[in-house]
Amino acid sequence: MFVSYKWLQDYVDLAGITPEELAEKITKSGIEVEGVEVLNEGIEGVVIGHVLEREQHPNADKLSKCLVDIGQDAPVQIVCGAANVAQGQKVAVATVGAVLPGNFKIKRAKLRGEESNGMICSLTELGMEGKIVPKEYSEGIFVFPADVVPGTDALSVLNRDDAVLELGLTPNRSDCLSMLGVAYEVAAILGREVKLPESELHSSEENASDFIQVRVEAQNDNPLYVAKVIKNVKIGPSPLWMQTRLMSAGIRPHNNVVDITNYILLEYGQPLHAFDYDLFGSKEIVVRRANDGETIETLDDIKRTLTKEHLVITNGKDPVALAGVMGGANSEVTSETTTVLLESAYFSGAVVRKASKDQGLRSEASARFEKGIDPNRVRVSAERAAYLMAKYAGGEVLSGTVEHDSLTIEPAVVSITLNKINTVLGTEMSMEEVEDIFNRLQFKASVDGETITVTVPTRRGDIQIEEDLIEEAARLYGYDNIPKTLPIGSSTAGRLTEYQYKRRIVRRYLEGAGLYQAVTYSLTSEEKVAQYAIESRDAIRLAMPMSEDRSMLRLSIVPQLLEVLKYNGARQNDNLAVYETGAVFLSNGTEELPVEHEHVAAALTGLWHSHSWQGEKKPVDFFVVKGILEGLFDKLGLTEKVKYIQSQMDGMHPGRTADLLLNGEKIGFAGQIHPGVQKELDLKETFVFELSLKAILEAATEPLHYHAIPRFPSMTRDIALVADKQTVSGKLKEIIVEAGGTLLKEASVFDLYEGERMEQGKKSIAFSLKYADPERTLTDEEVTKVHEKVLEALKEKAGAVLRG
Amino acid sequence: MQDRLNELQEEALKKIEESTNLKELNEVRVAYLGKKGPITEVLRGMGKLSAEERPKMGALVNVVREVIAEKMEEKQNMLEDAEVLEKLASETIDVTLPGSPVRVGNHHPLTSIIEEIEDLFIGMGYEVAEGPEVEKDYYNFEALNLPKGHPARDMQDSFYITEEILLRTHTSPVQARTMEKHQGKGPIKIICPGKVYRRDNDDATHSHQFMQIEGLVIGENIRMSDLKGTLEVFAKKMFGDDREIRLRPSFFPFTEPSVEMDISCKICGGKGCSVCKKTGWIEILGAGMVHPNVLEMAGYDSKKYTGFAFGMGPERIAMLKYGVDDIRHFYTNDVRFLKQFLKQE
Ligand SMILES: [Zn+2]
Repeated sequence: MFVSYKWLQDYVDLAGITPEELAEKITKSGIEVEGVEVLNEGIEGVVIGHVLEREQHPNADKLSKCLVDIGQDAPVQIVCGAANVAQGQKVAVATVGAVLPGNFKIKRAKLRGEESNGMICSLTELGMEGKIVPKEYSEGIFVFPADVVPGTDALSVLNRDDAVLELGLTPNRSDCLSMLGVAYEVAAILGREVKLPESELHSSEENASDFIQVRVEAQNDNPLYVAKVIKNVKIGPSPLWMQTRLMSAGIRPHNNVVDITNYILLEYGQPLHAFDYDLFGSKEIVVRRANDGETIETLDDIKRTLTKEHLVITNGKDPVALAGVMGGANSEVTSETTTVLLESAYFSGAVVRKASKDQGLRSEASARFEKGIDPNRVRVSAERAAYLMAKYAGGEVLSGTVEHDSLTIEPAVVSITLNKINTVLGTEMSMEEVEDIFNRLQFKASVDGETITVTVPTRRGDIQIEEDLIEEAARLYGYDNIPKTLPIGSSTAGRLTEYQYKRRIVRRYLEGAGLYQAVTYSLTSEEKVAQYAIESRDAIRLAMPMSEDRSMLRLSIVPQLLEVLKYNGARQNDNLAVYETGAVFLSNGTEELPVEHEHVAAALTGLWHSHSWQGEKKPVDFFVVKGILEGLFDKLGLTEKVKYIQSQMDGMHPGRTADLLLNGEKIGFAGQIHPGVQKELDLKETFVFELSLKAILEAATEPLHYHAIPRFPSMTRDIALVADKQTVSGKLKEIIVEAGGTLLKEASVFDLYEGERMEQGKKSIAFSLKYADPERTLTDEEVTKVHEKVLEALKEKAGAVLRG
Repeated sequence: MQDRLNELQEEALKKIEESTNLKELNEVRVAYLGKKGPITEVLRGMGKLSAEERPKMGALVNVVREVIAEKMEEKQNMLEDAEVLEKLASETIDVTLPGSPVRVGNHHPLTSIIEEIEDLFIGMGYEVAEGPEVEKDYYNFEALNLPKGHPARDMQDSFYITEEILLRTHTSPVQARTMEKHQGKGPIKIICPGKVYRRDNDDATHSHQFMQIEGLVIGENIRMSDLKGTLEVFAKKMFGDDREIRLRPSFFPFTEPSVEMDISCKICGGKGCSVCKKTGWIEILGAGMVHPNVLEMAGYDSKKYTGFAFGMGPERIAMLKYGVDDIRHFYTNDVRFLKQFLKQE
């Protein structure tokens, strides 16, 4: 809502308060003033001029040479480029020395050989937005009414010596979508009076009811409909003061009748509509729901197809307006109109909202109906509009109104105790202070002991319950005056849950291991959504995505991280390692919420370690990733429970991918991205993993328990085995561990050879075995005995023999 | 003989003195103390001496040997020290060359902000509550006093999946769920961080996905002044002791009264500058007293219980705190962006 400071003074005395001070006070008491625009800022030296003579510029087709009286001793010559300049007009002249918006200084000049002492201005040249300038002047200069005096300040005539406050209204404060609503608010803040506008009606001999009848079929949608008839109107421009007020509120002037309906909309917050009575097509207004498929051409010349969820005003047959949203083109007021049928009605917010949303059509009117208007202003608005039409369009207002009224207006009555107010706010207000606040708001309040009972005016439909009164009290008492305390009463222990705590450990570990945390989008494309999913479940699609790229909820994080690598790679950020923790979403049918699993995923590419001047360069490989995972499982106490098994997966390198099993259940995967995918994304060799974070954080672990540090020496035996190439080291280790029994403390691979010196299909793999007993020093014979068993088992179970 | 010994001693000491390295010194050792050396020769010649003189001369020989040996050791130590020094000198490196890099990573700046806020409130007795990102319309809106058709639903146009299921538009449904779980009994003190989603086109100040962190306190005597005090503690710890706070009335469907909290602008110290749009204040969060409808819907007796809630955007806080100028940076994950947050604050 744009509020003109000058206009507001019609209703509240603002003496002694600047627009900026007013803005500050309004903001502090609850309505955010988002900006204060001083309309004539940066403009100087623009006066009214009278075009005494206009002739064609001798050297330019599109220019005129004008002699203009600017209120000085002698008229001046001005060259003007506007097509609509004509002799006799009163116009705005930027005189020599004037400054226009953008610090544009007007100088004496010669244009195609003719002297020009200033510039005749259009409204846009005076800093007004093109969309609010009256249509007939939008392509040229603005022509003032004949009675303005040459030499006077043109900006003041245009009411630009004003400031406009832009209110950022929350949905509850739709009362301030009217100048009067703002006036009540400002009056309460300042403790001043509100002066209401007046209407004076001369009664006609004819009755409106002889001209029109009103029948409302959809009474829930439209409980109150008021019609008036104004005869003999002369369509023309509205008075300049009205036009300038509309423009300061961001509304383009059209003609006197339409401007008056808009003026009332701004003044009272009551949307009105004016029909051309002669084009209406019948003597009966019928308000009903539209039929499915029924059409209407609205004022914006768009043909709209309606449904039975939309409310229409009809002439008994055809729709003439989409109720509360926009009028129809068939009954529009034009320059030919002589009789106006004026509508002032109360439409339900829901039905207007539905139509506005379905038709993608938001108007000043629909915005107000949607948020709820004051039912008590329906009649008074109609009367005032009729009064203004009589005054400024020469109309004759027929006696009476024609109405449908099934509306019961019950103002909210709310009681509250002083104690409740002070308890909720933590304040120590007195009853006098509280009563004074409601008096300032012009709410009727009566005090009975500790209780105050407030009758809320219908303009403040947002106030319904005790808490609403508390808020009114608080904001006018001033939040600055509320003390600062901390909650008292039983104290609670604050802490992270075990899950949250462990998740932080996982993050810290991965960061310590050299990975940066990324945060990516949960929404992805249909193409990517199925890639790299651990659990094969359906993905979820948005009902109305904003774009195909963000239309489905991710099933895995890896594709998002690959996107991060691609983005960075394209910017020469090589050697990357990123991870993310976050939810993936598995469909659970359309009735249930999806299953959200928290995953942890990582993607690494380029060099893992490089120290160039020392010649060290190690690219990321599978074992870098596996090392990171092993450390993670050590940290979580899960090392013994996790297994890696060779696997195949779409989008992954068929020979360099492992499934991860936790207690035999698949919890994720690790490996190299398929070279084809790498190429597509323009990435070097890239390795990833993704795990169910939930699975690894919720897995049962052994409590931490100290084991004595061995006091007796261990004995190490190294063995080099020849085994089939396909026999994985994990398998050999399993055999060794099983056969080694309790004396075997460690078995680790220390060498691997698969080169050409080996027999076809064979490899050499060497293990280091460490034997020990915590209670004593082992003898050579004892170790040999166990060691032989190990070698025997290897031979028997895996065909692996000592290398000769 | 005695003269010969003295002469030998003089000679040996001189040669020791003149040795410049361990090899030369060793030659001197072999020459004088070795089995073929002149001193051994002197000993051999002792057979010619009388029984009386023999022990005397023997003692003298030992003294000479000891003197030489002692000198020899002294010299040896000296030469060894010198050799070590020389070796070390030859091992000198250029300490200004770059070190072998240790791979480091870090958490995302939004995580830093969220964890800082979490920890701050944990210290004040709060627990961290989390909930689903895909929510029922009921928890996201209805339980928060936003029935179907409520105009305020417009304020946060949402991504629906079905008519009843949507991506949550705020973390408030976690509050609704927590209250429901407590079955009408207090107290509750939670902080709820998480991702939320709204139908916004991504640009410098909007993101269709962003973070929120909200707090909720429910109890039998929770006052607006408690909210104000709590927010002040938060603001001072988060932004500095020199910052002032102010509350401005506002509107949220789930709180009544509702407020917005501003902190004084650090850049201009409250005088007004471009960062604070000349107001001297910067908007940080929204808050209010929990609306009685919200309490009742979750099973709380709103006559007995009151509560406050507050919510803020970690992106906005990070942008203010670190001067980040484009919200999209948080989601493109350019490492040149991420690496700037290595420093722990
Ligand atoms: Zn500032």
